[in-house]
Amino acid sequence: MGIIKVRDLVYEYIRRDEEGNVEGITTAVDDVDLDIEQGDFVAILGHNGSGKSTLAKHLNAILYPVEGTVWVDGKDTKEEKYVWDIRQTAGMVFQNPDNQIIGQIVEEDVGFGPENMGVPTKEIWERVEESLKAVGMYQFRKFSPNKLSGGQKQRVSIAGVIAMHPKCIVLDEPTAMLDPKGRKEVIRAVRALNDVEHITVILITHYMEEVIHADKVYVMDQGKVAIQGTPREVFSEVEKLKELRLDVPQVTLLAYELAKEGFHMPKGVLTNQEFREALDQCMR
Amino acid sequence: MPIILDKVSHIYGEDTAMAVRALDNISLVIPDGQFIGLIGHTGSGKSTLVQHLNGLMKSTSGSIYFNGEDIDSEGFDKKELRSKVGLVFQYPEHQLFETDVFSDVCFGPKNLGLTKKEAELRAYAALKLVGLEDDYFYQSPFDLSGGQKRRVAIAGVLAMKPEVLILDEPTAGLDPKGRDEILDQIAKLKRETGITVLLVSHSMDDVAKYVDRIIVMNKGRVMYDEEPREVFRQYQALEAVGLAAPQVTYIMKELRDHGYDVSDEVTTIEEAKREILAYFRER
Repeated sequence: MGIIKVRDLVYEYIRRDEEGNVEGITTAVDDVDLDIEQGDFVAILGHNGSGKSTLAKHLNAILYPVEGTVWVDGKDTKEEKYVWDIRQTAGMVFQNPDNQIIGQIVEEDVGFGPENMGVPTKEIWERVEESLKAVGMYQFRKFSPNKLSGGQKQRVSIAGVIAMHPKCIVLDEPTAMLDPKGRKEVIRAVRALNDVEHITVILITHYMEEVIHADKVYVMDQGKVAIQGTPREVFSEVEKLKELRLDVPQVTLLAYELAKEGFHMPKGVLTNQEFREALDQCMR
Repeated sequence: MPIILDKVSHIYGEDTAMAVRALDNISLVIPDGQFIGLIGHTGSGKSTLVQHLNGLMKSTSGSIYFNGEDIDSEGFDKKELRSKVGLVFQYPEHQLFETDVFSDVCFGPKNLGLTKKEAELRAYAALKLVGLEDDYFYQSPFDLSGGQKRRVAIAGVLAMKPEVLILDEPTAGLDPKGRDEILDQIAKLKRETGITVLLVSHSMDDVAKYVDRIIVMNKGRVMYDEEPREVFRQYQALEAVGLAAPQVTYIMKELRDHGYDVSDEVTTIEEAKREILAYFRER
């Protein structure tokens, strides 16, 4: 079994009126299967309200399935005795850095997780050091978090998660509030964790260009997986993605537009270099 | 009603050890009817600047003129200024609070002292301007999607009938279609009403697509104030201050670096397509 396995997952939000009577039921996740192997870089796309975040919250036992089962590292998330193990295995990073940082000093914040787990003091400091180095924030260890930029704060949040030595990290729109540099810093840090430390990454985002390096992309719509495949396969479906309120990277779109004009451009062009090489072929 | 900034500076915590100069000697003219993009990395002074434009913050030195009047002079009506210069904050949907959409949008005009009827007429017009369908008017704003909530929040500001609309990252957190819808709606609003729009954004692709002038802030100063193509031509300087050019500008650069004689002043997909088609046609 992979690090994360999801079978037939259904989750419903139940709306109630003031007397507590059920007013309506929204099925946020509707019969989803996922298989994620240790070390994978997986991206989840989908429009607002498509069920991405609800799905993500199942991966570290913040929500429990209404139907179906989620296993994290072989443990069923519905079993209460595993909750802390699961949250340690699959760490989560959210959108707003200001809601996730609690320490007065960067290194204290990063040490908070391992301290809570009862890690011995000496080892806490070792973990803080390695985590901050892994996200390129070690030189800021003595800073107050409120002196940092958005991208820096978000990297501190990520360090706080990896100090707990998770096998898997789930990032729910970690770059939505950041400027271009901050976005680049965070994505670079996440890719390094995946490449170097082999931490499984599950990245939820609305920025299409952030997922071109993923091993696998899932596209959600109405609680279901609408498309899945490699980035190239997924971004080949320009029209379908637009129907799902999504987009493709600009380079993919430009190649697609030129193909419509009769150019021999392959589907799902992902990088500027690929684009140029395809155009070179057209020149011949 | 043009806004003129004359050597405006703002220092947080002036005369303390923690003093930070957030705005440094800014002079700008914002004439009627422009669609302006304001970009800059986090902490560059964008938000401090926009809060000066409607008198929420007071400059440490320098003057700001709205329609020729100094907004800090005695007797200047700041309440009126705030209705004329509408500011939509980041994540404005967090400020929705009424039990239904329509009441929420009525709140602003009612506070201006308008009659109930007048306020309702304005609320209706504003909700139409942001493209929200009637079906939603009596729903709780909290039952709407992210993009719809944001429209309601923008309508709340439009109902004040501002002459200048300032939006601080109106598309943050929205899906791509939601981003396009909001920005298309704002562009339409600008065309139809002639309102001045100042868009604060971190998306270079969006800014390139919509605005006719870009102001780049860095360290509290205006680094560039030009047309998009002029600004994005300086992509290396932009990268040095935490920004970038639109993705498509880099595609054209890749082509140029490999011997294609195409313009690098391209900032949108449509322009790139036209440029490449023209290049192939000429061969």
